[in-house]
Amino acid sequence: MKILTAPRMERCIGCHSCSLACARLVHKRLSWDTAGIRISSSGGLSTGFEARTCLACDPAPCAMVCPTGAYSQRKDGGVIVRINLCIRCGECARACPVEAIYLDATGEPFVCIHCGRCIPFCPHDCLELTEVGSRTAVGKEAAS
Amino acid sequence: MIRDHFKVLIANLASGKGTVATIDGRDSVAGGSGLAALLFNKYGYPDRPWNDPEQPLIFAIGPLTGYFPLMSKTICAFKSPYHDQYTESHGGGRSALSLRFADLDALVVKGRAARPSCLAVGSRHLEVKEVHYLWGKDLFFTGKTLRKMYSGTGHRSILRIGPAGENGAAMAGINVDSYRHFGRLGCGTAMGSKNLKAIVIQGDGNFPLMDSKDYTNLFQEVHAKLTDTDMMSKYHNLGTPVNVAVLNQIKALPVRNLQQTSDPDIGGITGEKFAETALLRNAACSGCPVGCIHIGYVRERFQEENRYLYRQVPYDYEPIFAMGAMLSVKNCFSVLGILDVVEKMGLDVMSAGVALAWATEATEKGVITNQETIIPLSFGGTEGYKEAILHLAHGTNEFYRILAQGTQKAAERYGGKDFACVLGQEMGGYATGEVFFTSQALGLRHSHLDTAGYAFDQKEKDKNIPKAMDFLVKDEQGRVLLTSMVACLFARSVYTDELLSSCLKSVGYNSLANNLGSVSQNIQSLRWKTRLATGYKPETVTIPKRFSEITTWKGSIDPAYMQGLMSAYTQRILELGKREQS
Repeated sequence: MKILTAPRMERCIGCHSCSLACARLVHKRLSWDTAGIRISSSGGLSTGFEARTCLACDPAPCAMVCPTGAYSQRKDGGVIVRINLCIRCGECARACPVEAIYLDATGEPFVCIHCGRCIPFCPHDCLELTEVGSRTAVGKEAAS
Repeated sequence: MIRDHFKVLIANLASGKGTVATIDGRDSVAGGSGLAALLFNKYGYPDRPWNDPEQPLIFAIGPLTGYFPLMSKTICAFKSPYHDQYTESHGGGRSALSLRFADLDALVVKGRAARPSCLAVGSRHLEVKEVHYLWGKDLFFTGKTLRKMYSGTGHRSILRIGPAGENGAAMAGINVDSYRHFGRLGCGTAMGSKNLKAIVIQGDGNFPLMDSKDYTNLFQEVHAKLTDTDMMSKYHNLGTPVNVAVLNQIKALPVRNLQQTSDPDIGGITGEKFAETALLRNAACSGCPVGCIHIGYVRERFQEENRYLYRQVPYDYEPIFAMGAMLSVKNCFSVLGILDVVEKMGLDVMSAGVALAWATEATEKGVITNQETIIPLSFGGTEGYKEAILHLAHGTNEFYRILAQGTQKAAERYGGKDFACVLGQEMGGYATGEVFFTSQALGLRHSHLDTAGYAFDQKEKDKNIPKAMDFLVKDEQGRVLLTSMVACLFARSVYTDELLSSCLKSVGYNSLANNLGSVSQNIQSLRWKTRLATGYKPETVTIPKRFSEITTWKGSIDPAYMQGLMSAYTQRILELGKREQS
């Protein structure tokens, strides 16, 4: 399994092409919010940019707190979301330690599904899909 | 599409309340420039002065804003403190997408706040907050404070003015998100006269897309054209500063208050030199993968014990021309040092640079003395210029207060009109010849971007006035269509009428897409009609003698040809303003 990572954010120019692509292609929306990756300036434009995106936790705190099973653990990190099961409680967003989940005005959650469709739209190659095997999954060793 | 009409927020600073207006006209004025003119006609007062509290300050976006790459600019329209007539200034940053996601096609600011205030708007938000403690503060402090006061980092736009806009300078701009500007013709003072220090636009809404692959496929195609081909490489690579060496080579770079058109010693401020030694990083307007913003740095030693500070300063061709070549400042770090002060004060860098170039030559010629300038001005004198910019922004004495109203006004008061490099406002950085000078002198925005007159000068060898007229009118028509979408004009080679039509159709604006020719004619006429109604008399515009004294790669300027162009373009403008609108 691969996960989306943002290893070269120091190259980011803040064009928001990644967020717009995710909203457009994955969520069928025109938005820079309702997307699995969102760009913010880290304390003003003069200090560069940060990507708010899922770090592919395993186990994922958002899945653990989801009361309806709308969020379930994705193999090797991250979550699978079945939005028709979601009751808009917002617990997932509150549980996320890195503010990777966006809740729209209706409470619908938006989170990265690690599909990589944003990657070709980044003009500076900030993003990539990484093989999970190349990283240590959080908590795996302790659990085994 | 989001809607087939316009949704406009009319915010009244006096009451702190607003109204949402639903306005028709999408198929006749499109948005952006066209919408701004429509709104000025609806909410503005052509016969009242620019600083009447009821005059509107308008920010408008277009039907393609946010939908396609480089549809990333906002049109600011207002009655200008510079000439008390209708005008536009264009800016980028996050402003356009923030307005889009605030679910507004335009924001119209009316009234005057009782005390210095900040207006905050969003898709579910309107607030006028008193911020008297920011009045008098520079743009850096203001920006840092506002970022802490309001939420929405990354997905908001902060428009703010500096001391120049508070003190009535007709060359004060509005800073957008630190590195972009609504620069020209005094929109900063139009904002300051309303006691409005800042506007925070929260882009916190979103919209469903139609269930069709046409749009996403076309987006992909446009994105590829803009990023995979050479069409935008100029802007992605060295950026607009590449023009310094190019224009210097062809003797079209205004140097030393346009006493020269080239300088063999220009190597310290070329785009190549900036990139090699001073470029820190790049940035982009939201929705633009090209990222033409070039950010350099200034590093200052403030204590003997090797203590330094640094700041990041954006640069482009026009600032380098204005604060470099025109002032004969030929070191890139010296230029950045001056630009840093201009940024803090919130001045229009082009007007300020050209004004100081005039003041320097006026000093050399004995027209003015240190009594007026307070500190000695000399070409190449970086530290003097930094101090003069502070005086210009603060209006320290009568001389600087008059100079801040425009170089022409200062020349009328003190003398030196022949060498005031004014073409409607302080010149853009193109000494290419008669057609450009005519275009800027008479153009609606008095901007180097009103038409590609500079390109006509470079391409055409013969002096064919009717051909030049047809070019200017046609080219302006094409540009107002782009600025009604609202596209960045850097993408003009990509967004042909045919592509614009396809883009509009892909998001549901079929009627607009099928009538781009008549719509752009309509917008062009409406803009001119609006300008003329506020008192513009193009027949009274003259071009100062200095512009006839220069030599370019084509040879000497031909004053008779230029006069012929001025007369002919005046006629065409008057005709455009009278043309029947659909």
